[in-house]
Formats: sequence, C-alpha cells, structure tokens
Amino acid sequence: MTHIAKPKFHHPALPVNALGLTRRDYEGVVSTLCAGCGHDSVTAAIIEACFELDLPAHRVAKVSGIGCSSKTTNYFLNRAHGFNSVHGRMPSVATGANLANRDLVYIGVSGDGDTASIGLGQFCHAIRRRLNMVYICENNGTYGLTKGQFSATNDKESKSRKGVDNLYQPIDLCTMAIELGAGFVARSFSGDKRQLVPLIKAAIRYRGFAFIDVISPCVTFNNHAASTKSYDWVREHNAALDSLDIVPARETIEADYAEGTSLDVDLHDGSRIRLHKLAADYDPTDRAAVLPELARRKARGEIPTGLLAIDLDQQEDLHDLIRSHPAPLNSLTQAELCPGSEALAKINAAHR
Amino acid sequence: MQPTDVTDPEYFHKVVDCQWACPAHTPVPEYIRLIAQRRYADAFMLNWESNVFPGILGRTCDRPCEPACRRSRVEEKPVAICRLKRVAADYKGDVSARLPKGPFPRNGKRVALIGSGPASLTVARDLLPLGYTCVMFEKDPKAGGLMRTNIPSFRLPTDVLDEEVNRVLDMGVETRFGEAVTSLRALLGQGFDAVFIGTGAPRGKDLNLPGREEAAANIHIGTDFLKSVAFGHIDRIGRRVVVIGGGNTAMDCCRTALRLGAESVTVTVRSPRADMKASPWEIEDTEREGIPILDNHAPKRFVLENGRLVAVEFEKMRAEYEPNGRRRLIPTGEPPVVIPCDDVLMAIGQENAFPWIERDIGLEFDDKGLPIVDARTYQSTLPGVFFGGDAAWGPENIIWAVAHGHQAAISIDLWCRGEPLSNRPRPTTSLVSQKMGIHEWSYDNDVALTRRVPVPHADLDTALKSLKVEAELGYDDQLALKEAARCLNCDVQTVFTRDLCIECDGCVDICPVDAINFTQNAEETVLRERLRVPARNLEQDLYVSPPLKTGRVMVKDEDVCLHCGLCAERCPTGAWDMQKFTYGAAHATCSKVPAHVA
Ligand SMILES: Cc1cc2nc3c(=O)[nH]c(=O)nc-3n(C[C@H](O)[C@H](O)[C@H](O)COP(=O)(O)OP(=O)(O)OC[C@H]3O[C@@H](n4cnc5c(N)ncnc54)[C@H](O)[C@@H]3O)c2cc1C
Ligand SMILES: Cc1ncc(C[n+]2csc(CCOP(=O)(O)OP(=O)(O)O)c2C)c(N)n1
Ligand code: SF4
Ligand code: SF4
Ligand code: SF4
Ligand SMILES: [Mg+2]
Repeated sequence: MTHIAKPKFHHPALPVNALGLTRRDYEGVVSTLCAGCGHDSVTAAIIEACFELDLPAHRVAKVSGIGCSSKTTNYFLNRAHGFNSVHGRMPSVATGANLANRDLVYIGVSGDGDTASIGLGQFCHAIRRRLNMVYICENNGTYGLTKGQFSATNDKESKSRKGVDNLYQPIDLCTMAIELGAGFVARSFSGDKRQLVPLIKAAIRYRGFAFIDVISPCVTFNNHAASTKSYDWVREHNAALDSLDIVPARETIEADYAEGTSLDVDLHDGSRIRLHKLAADYDPTDRAAVLPELARRKARGEIPTGLLAIDLDQQEDLHDLIRSHPAPLNSLTQAELCPGSEALAKINAAHR
Repeated sequence: MQPTDVTDPEYFHKVVDCQWACPAHTPVPEYIRLIAQRRYADAFMLNWESNVFPGILGRTCDRPCEPACRRSRVEEKPVAICRLKRVAADYKGDVSARLPKGPFPRNGKRVALIGSGPASLTVARDLLPLGYTCVMFEKDPKAGGLMRTNIPSFRLPTDVLDEEVNRVLDMGVETRFGEAVTSLRALLGQGFDAVFIGTGAPRGKDLNLPGREEAAANIHIGTDFLKSVAFGHIDRIGRRVVVIGGGNTAMDCCRTALRLGAESVTVTVRSPRADMKASPWEIEDTEREGIPILDNHAPKRFVLENGRLVAVEFEKMRAEYEPNGRRRLIPTGEPPVVIPCDDVLMAIGQENAFPWIERDIGLEFDDKGLPIVDARTYQSTLPGVFFGGDAAWGPENIIWAVAHGHQAAISIDLWCRGEPLSNRPRPTTSLVSQKMGIHEWSYDNDVALTRRVPVPHADLDTALKSLKVEAELGYDDQLALKEAARCLNCDVQTVFTRDLCIECDGCVDICPVDAINFTQNAEETVLRERLRVPARNLEQDLYVSPPLKTGRVMVKDEDVCLHCGLCAERCPTGAWDMQKFTYGAAHATCSKVPAHVA
C-alpha cells in the first residue's frame, strides 16, 4: 500500500451531485489491497453509484465478512455506518441491522470464499428472507487474503498459479440465487464500470434482495494464463446480455428505442430501469427461461453478464413478509413498544 | 490522436509549467527541492547557470512562472517561486570556488557590448569562458542598467545588485564606463568581430497637456526621476505628490516619493483598476504603504497659480468593451476632479531611441523606429550586429533580457566561428526513474495542502523612513521549507509503458484528480470531451498511448496532475513510472559539447 494519504485536491471541474458533494466525498481510507486488485475498481464503482444517486452517507450501512473483498467496505463512504463481521456471517448481521432500522440502504460486500464456502448457508437464507439489501460478491475464484487457495467458484479447468489442478465443480452463485428466488440477480466485471455502475444503482433502488456477482481478478494469485478469472480471460469471454439506464422518479424517459430491444422496469420508489437488450432472445423477467439459457451460454464458453434476472411482481422484502412496524425501531416510543398490561393479560390468557 | 512522442524534449518540458513559462527555462522544481534540503548553494548555482541574477531576480523578477504554476490550477495561489529563489541567494554562503574564474584562455575574438544592463551582462557571462574578449560600453559610471538606475533600492538593495553585477564583471569584462557610444559607424570601425546592442528603452514618455511647459519645474518623467534619486541627485520632493500612470514605474515612483518625505502621494490611472499594467504584488505593496490608487482618472490639465503648479485636473472615465474585447474609455460627464499637489511624476511608459545609430549603415528600422531583429538569432539586418533586452522589441523585464542575452551569445559564438546561425545547440534532457522501493520515491510525493506562505515585510515605520531599508524581509529557512513543500514536482513525470499495462483500472481509480482514462481513441477535440473530466484547458496536452490489448488507448490529461505518483504506486506491473525529467536550455557555453538527448 501507499505511504501517503490520497491528496485532498480534486479536479476543479469535478461535478457535484444534488447534495453538493463530489465523487471524492464518497471515498473512504486509502486501500491496502494489492496494486491492481479488481476489488478496488468495484469500490470505485460503488462510490460512483452512491454519488450519482445522491445518497447521503449517513443513510447507508456497509456490512461485510472476512477476506480482501470484505475489507473494502473501509475504502468507501467513510461517513456511513459499517460492520465488518466474521467470516461468512455478513448476512446475519445485515438481517439484524435491517430489522432494527429498515430505513437505511444496506450494502453488503463479500468474496467468493466468504459467500460460496463458509457463508453459503447464510447467503441462501438471506435470499429466502428477501432481505432488502445489495449483496455484492467480489468473485476472484480464490481466497486472496489467505494466499490463494482455490475457492468454490473457481472453474474446474482453471489451474492455480503454480499449475496445480482444481478437483471440484464450481458453484455458480448467480444461477443459485435465481433458483432460490432472489429478486434481482446480475453479473458484471470489475473492469467494466460502464456496466457495473448502473447495475449497482439499480440494485440499490430495488426493493428486496439484489445480488451482483462481480468477477474481480486477484492480480496476485489468480491472474495467470491458466486462470478463468484473469483480466484477459474475462475480457475475451465476457458476453453482455443487456445494459441499463436508471431514470430518477422525477424524469421521464425520452430516448426512443426500437420495439423489442428495450424493456422498462418500474421500481417501487417510482424510478425506472430501462434495459437495453444486447441479446435479443434473452428476457431477464422470464425466470423459467433464463436458467436453461444461461446454461447454454456457459456451455458455449461465454461469461454472460448484465442483469440476468429480475422479479417485477414481488418487489417486497422481509418486512413486508413478517409485517413488521413500518418505522425503524429507534424511532418508536415507549407507547408503541409496550402494548400495556391489558394486552399482556390477553396473551397470557391465550396460553392458559 | 497519434501516440504522444515523449522523446520530444519539449513534451515533458511543457508539463513543467514554471520552467516552460520562464524565458530562461530555469529548472524551478529542482531548485525548490534543493532549498527544501537546505542545499542553498546548489540551488543558487542552478539558478545562476540559467538566469545569471538569482539575488536580483529573487526580489524583482516579473515572474511569468507564477501565473503558469500548476498549483494555481488546483488551489488558490501559485508556489512563491520568485521568493524561494531569493532564499537560495540569501543563504548560499560563499560560492566563489564554484564559479568559473578568469582569465580564460583567449580565442582571439573581440565583442563589443553596448549598455551594461542584464542583457549585455548575460552575453558577457556566456562568452567570457569561451575565450572572447568582451568590451562593455556604458554611458553611466556604473554597470547594471535600469536595475541600478530605476529599480529603487528598497526593492533591490545596492549590495545585492553590486554582488551579482560584479560577479560577471570580475570574470574579465573590459569596461568602458562613463562613455556613451555616439556613433555605431565609428564603433564598427574599431574592428570588433561582433557587436551586441543592449541599450534598453531609455526614453520615458511625456504627456503634452495644458500647463505642461509652464509647470515644467515640478513635473518629472518617472524614469528620469528614479535615476536621479538612484544617483543621489534628488533627495527631496514636494509635500503633495501626484503620480500619473498605472504601471510598475508608477508604483516605484510613488513609493520613492513617500520615502523622500512627501506627506501625501496619490496614484492616478486612466483605466479601471482591473486593467492596470502594474503587477498585482506591486499594487499590493503600494497599498500596504497607504498610497491610494484612483482609477478611471484621465489627466486633463495642470493647474497653475502665480506661475506655480498647484493641482492636476482629471476627467472621470468609464470603460466600455466592444465585442472583440477592445476597450474604449469614455468620459462619465461627472464634474472634473482636482487634486492639489506640489509635484507630479509622470510614469506612462518608455520608448526606444537610437539617435546614435546611423540609418545608412545597413541596419534597418521599422516604421515604429524599432530595429528589425530576427526573433530566433537576434541578429539585425547588419550581419554581426545583434540586439537583445529592451533594445530589441521595446520594454520587457530582466528575465527576458537574460533570455535574449543567452540566445544572442549563442549567435555571436556561431557567427565568430563561421557557423550558420541556424546551427543552434539543442537543449540537454534526461529522464530517470525515481523509484527507490515498492512505494518509495526519491522525491517527496506527499502533496502538502498548505496555503501560500506570505513573505514577511519590514515594519512600515522603519521601511518608510529610508530608501535603503529593504521593504521585504524574505523568508527565513522555516518559512522557506513550508513554502517549498507546496511545489508539486512537475518535473517528475508520469511515464507510461503500453506493453506492461494489463488494463486493471487501478490508476484510474486512485488518481485524485481524475487525470487518467482508458477509452476509444478519437481526434483530439472529441477525445478531450470524452474523458472522465473533460479536458478543457487547451493549453495543456493530452498524453496518449499507442493502442492497448482491448483496442482502447490510455489518455492522460496533464492539466492538473499532482505528480503524486499514486498511479505508479497502484500499478501492479510498473506500466506507470515516475521519472525525473531534466531540461537544460542551450547556452553558448555548451555549444561545443554535443547535445545529449536521453
Ligand atoms: C522603474 C522601473 C522598474 C522596473 N522594475 C522591474 C522589476 O522589478 N523587474 C523586472 O524584471 N524589470 C523591471 N523593469 C524593467 C527592467 O529594468 C528592464 O526590462 C531591463 O533592465 C532591461 O535590460 P536591458 O539589458 O535591455 O537594458 P537596460 O537595463 O535598460 O540597460 C541599458 C543600459 O544601456 C545604457 N546605454 C543606453 N544607450 C547607450 C549608449 N548609446 N552608450 C552606452 N550606454 C548606453 C544605459 O545607460 C543602460 O545602463 C523596470 C523598469 C523600470 C523603468
Ligand atoms: C472462521 C474463519 N475461517 C477461516 C478464516 C480464514 N480466512 C480468511 S479470509 C478467507 C477466504 C477469503 O476468501 P474470499 O472471501 O474469496 O476473499 P478474497 O480475499 O478472495 O477477496 C479465509 C478462509 C477466517 N478468517 N475465519
Ligand atoms: S491477494 Fe488478491 S484479492 Fe487480495 S488484495 Fe491482493 S490481488 Fe486483491
Ligand atoms: S508546482 Fe512546482 S514544479 Fe509545478 S509549476 Fe509550480 S513551482 Fe513549478
Ligand atoms: S501522478 Fe498519477 S495519480 Fe497522481 S495526479 Fe498524476 S496521474 Fe494522477
Ligand atoms: Mg476471493
């Protein structure tokens, strides 16, 4: 890592958002990751997305597990709330926090080790719960922090840096998330911010569980010629299915696209995703069709990226399911929290 | 765009904004780093080689480098480049052992230098070590030109001036002081191998208004007045003084009048304040001394009573700007303003005059009375006769005179050796990596956020009592260190190697000023708009790489790069490196050595 702090000076013509902040105001401390790590680009994409959405940092909670990827929550939005939890346990912490304060934007950052190995169960259940959060897995096919062991997402044919074979089948977190009913599922590449930033913005706007699997090369342990998670490999095999624009609630969409090449997705908060289809035969709203289509593309050696699946009908979250109080707990007074002795007597009577 | 050719010596030179803007191309960041290391003598020598008068310029330079300084594009004020130069001169100690010492082996050639201002002195300094006999003619008894006769000693102490002028004279100049050259034809008859004319722009302009002749005893031309003060012929002035003019001469006149004992001094300018010719720091110093500056006041007549000057009458003006930017001053119609006074100092500009150059010797003049001089070689239409300084194209300043002197010396040397004047030596350049460890550089890449450190001044009571008290005290070593840390090391270049880049975006993300981009190539105007932050400062270049693996190109906008090296620290492959670029402007003294280009 660098010995100096990133200079506070910024470009004099740097744009400001509705809050009067520049992109630089959304930074955190200087990253300690290896130079060239894909995770730093994902951090930059999150910064850009939050800046463009005019998010006030104090309305955001960052949650993560353990790993190089999980460290990155320290590198953006240093005025946000944050919890750097235990390995694989980010979803539990996020669930607790979300139950207590449903008004914050939850951004979870995890790695493929943190998610697909030790945290696989937590990941699955967070999806089932429709936890309203953005879950970003910075997927590099390796345990970067512990020096390069294969992770569960590493492709079988992808050898280690030293030429050792990988024995096991990979887990595809996206198809798994679609299978489990995640409302918003996307895949992207750390080296393609033009695709990634709008996806993060849409994921933040989406109500429910929004998962983004970001292939994010580990320059140190998994960027060699025999790796399928290297910069070169991903660039060569990346097949984008679509691209997005996010239109804020107050603006109307003006551009006119040819019939069938674009799709408008209305979000619960009134904003809208406009999806430009790059692959005409792919429809992310057709859950039954996307899984076989993704399998076919994978078999062809493609890495399909973009918005892979979106659930338009049920934009609801855990709070809707359990019918919890609409306000955050910290805003409730004693009157609302304590139903009184009469109610207690009623409950007790029910158990007699 | 075509890939940038960084082997072109001028590409990286341009990135060093201050050095590029300095007419003598002084290696500013290098001397500022030396000051930060307290290597004042080294910093002085570096300056002396480029600009000959570090102590004088460190106090009086017109500092074209400062408006150009990169720092002023990322925060409010530029680095105090000029006053840091003074630090080098003030604290250098004894450097005599490091200076070239005569007598030098003679080459048998004799050169006449007319005038002893900075232009002629520079020519002498450059030619003497090569063995030339330099004969300097000066009508005044002492050398220095306007530096001695017009720049007041409260801005430039005589001992500083003497030291730097003598440093040149002591290298072996043959002096003919106190004798004006009255005929160029006669001089040419003396068998010189070359002649350099550095006689300046000696004539102060006058203003013929009603009452001018009658009040002549109390109306003085500013430059003549300053000269008389400098030589001790004037040591007092009237109680109330009006100065007419808004340039630096006006500022020197009013401050001098105050020190001669005037009770009230008023500066009047025809134009609006924003259009005043004086440098902002000169105006600031003037106002610090309590002198009012009245703008939009056009002088109309000198008011006399009983044959004596009692006031000046002014008409109030306002400026109107035509769409093409041309300014017109229009009277406002308000009643005239009458300012009572005992003396008037007229500081409205200088002109060139060459009554001593015969018009039939082959040396041609244009219709404005200026000699026709080649902009590159400084040669007049009479082969072997060269011009430089204010004499060439009218009033400029010391650092331009020095720059002209260097170029004229190169030409004179080529001329005397029988070589074409177009055979000019190339600048010497080098480019060396500053990497010392994974994240260690041989320069301080931590960007200081400190604001410009003000230069301490002598307290007003003391300063205004005497012409000899230097108004500015200069930085002490601590303040100098603080100010030096503001320099962004623009000579430590970001050098990009296409073949090493894996396009990981690391540098794009870390760069604090969004300078770096990976994008599709296009023609320059399109590319400039396509960047993360559009590159709209057209004076600053784009650094464009050859195509990368993805077919994109790396485009770096040089405009506000902080030279912090974070791109190079973030790069996993060393595709970015921080390399120190040195640029040595060519001087006559190096024309014998083959130009070394790294
Ligand atoms: C009041 C005032 C203040 C200034 N302040 C600054 C400042 O702060 N900073 C700055 O950079 N510049 C300043 N300048 C401008 C600067 O002094 C000149 O641009 C510079 O000195 C020009 O140098 P030079 O070598 O061309 O000629 P000069 O300095 O003008 O020297 C010419 C010399 O030639 C001599 N000479 C002329 N004709 C003959 C002849 N026929 N025979 C023999 N000798 C002759 C003159 O006596 C004179 O000594 C100032 C100018 C004025 C008037
Ligand atoms: C309970 C527990 N088991 C094991 C570890 C050791 N460990 C730390 S990080 C890590 C894997 C991280 O991999 P990943 O989530 O892919 O992150 P990356 O470093 O690749 O970004 C492991 C196994 C731990 N910290 N805690
Ligand atoms: S080890 Fe790999 S994942 Fe971890 S910081 Fe380094 S490059 Fe990134
Ligand atoms: S910051 Fe330093 S090197 Fe850059 S232009 Fe200013 S003085 Fe020169
Ligand atoms: S040195 Fe590199 S990182 Fe620093 S400002 Fe310049 S381009 Fe950006
Ligand atoms: Mg990993």
